[in-house]
Amino acid sequence: MAERVGLEISQAIGEAARLANVDVVAAYPITPQTHIVEHLAELVADGELDAAYIPIESEHSAMSACLGSAAVGARTFTATAGQGLELMHEVLYVASSMQLPIVMTVANRALSAPLSVWGDHSDAMSVRDTGWIQIFTESGQEVFDNVLCAFRIGEDPRVLLPVMVHLDGFHLSHMIEPILIPEKSEVDRFLPPHKYPLPLDPEKPVTMGAFAPPIIYMETKKAQEENLQASKKVIMEAWKEFDGVFGRSYSPVESYHTENAKTLLLMMGSYSQTAMTTIDKMRDEGKDVGLVRLRLWRPFPTNELREAVKGADTIIVFERALSFGGQAGPVCSEVKSVLYNSDSRPMIANIIGGLGGRDISPAGFEEIINRGIEIAQKGSDREYEIYGVRE
Amino acid sequence: MPYKSESEVTWKDLEIGSIVVEPGSAEQYSTGGWRSQRPTTDYSKCNKCGLCYIYCPEGCIEQQEDGFYKSNLFYCKGCGICAHECPKDAITMVEEEE
Repeated sequence: MAERVGLEISQAIGEAARLANVDVVAAYPITPQTHIVEHLAELVADGELDAAYIPIESEHSAMSACLGSAAVGARTFTATAGQGLELMHEVLYVASSMQLPIVMTVANRALSAPLSVWGDHSDAMSVRDTGWIQIFTESGQEVFDNVLCAFRIGEDPRVLLPVMVHLDGFHLSHMIEPILIPEKSEVDRFLPPHKYPLPLDPEKPVTMGAFAPPIIYMETKKAQEENLQASKKVIMEAWKEFDGVFGRSYSPVESYHTENAKTLLLMMGSYSQTAMTTIDKMRDEGKDVGLVRLRLWRPFPTNELREAVKGADTIIVFERALSFGGQAGPVCSEVKSVLYNSDSRPMIANIIGGLGGRDISPAGFEEIINRGIEIAQKGSDREYEIYGVRE
Repeated sequence: MPYKSESEVTWKDLEIGSIVVEPGSAEQYSTGGWRSQRPTTDYSKCNKCGLCYIYCPEGCIEQQEDGFYKSNLFYCKGCGICAHECPKDAITMVEEEE
């Protein structure tokens, strides 16, 4: 039986890695790190987790150590946030293109300058195209569950890709929530031992990350892209099986009161918890509004999104990252490109907010929805607007 | 990946992560195609000292049965180091013609 425990979400993630029986944790243990790896360091030091814990000198090195660990077939976990993710950047591409199934949680934080350790999605958006499977979560339980799923998905022989599980910095990472912690035996049933098919092995040498001149490089990238797109099927399978074992189900796109909704608010991450309160209130007042939350960010769930927004006249994409000099935030660009060629093209308003940890209240989301409807009807002199900034 | 010439390999032929599973397969990769000049040796000047063999950064110069040294043009990139180092000026770099 699962036990319901009040835990800081960062610690719960450490517990998930423990239950997954990770072999190696390589992490930079100083700011902007979270309690995730601090907890894992304690578990290893106390002998509760039989793993190699490598406290390394930078995030660039942390991800590089993870490459080596995954390359020998060890179950590998790390965590980072904000600036740390930035420092890992070039190595992230190596992990995905060499198909090394590393699991990493990212407590999403704003980027410097000015210095901010508070949350938004700027860090996540800068690694959008690195070829990792990426899942955005809403609550502590969802993060915990998806860390287990991430191992299962990434290590599947049909996938073999690194997986990032995003959680909002502070709004999730530092909150204490009741979390259902399953029995080890249940986790073992869901998560088979990891067996990497072509590990580094002196008895059977292989070359990873070899040199690729123009005549072969494009083929490697096509193979990488096809593999990432095809991983969606396995992600869905894993979530279904997770539901079978633990009784909690996940899908690429989450819908809340979208039935007959003419106006949809669409977002990623934990602010949807607040937005649901707003949707409840507006529904009670007879307004036909609903909420759509993207959980799977890469590979992008194109068909699921089209299905989820079918019948809506207006979509308000709310997001927590700017694309400087662009014409929409990164999430809205994606949503627009997916819907442009669909049969029914709703009006799309883009509102950006919550940058650098700025809170948005339920009343704030009501303002965002009302302003979005206004933009959809009357237009705006900007392709996107920033909510809550003092003029 | 079973060896195919590089112009025949499709994306479906690649191993996971484009891992190379056949050790030493780089041997099959012709680097001589990059060359714009080729070394030619006047063996009447050569005293078989072997400095060209020692200096060649590609390791593509081999000693023949008669003791003279010869470049393997499948790998030779035409850098000219052998010609530069030859104490007898026996090696001359000659333009490759199309």
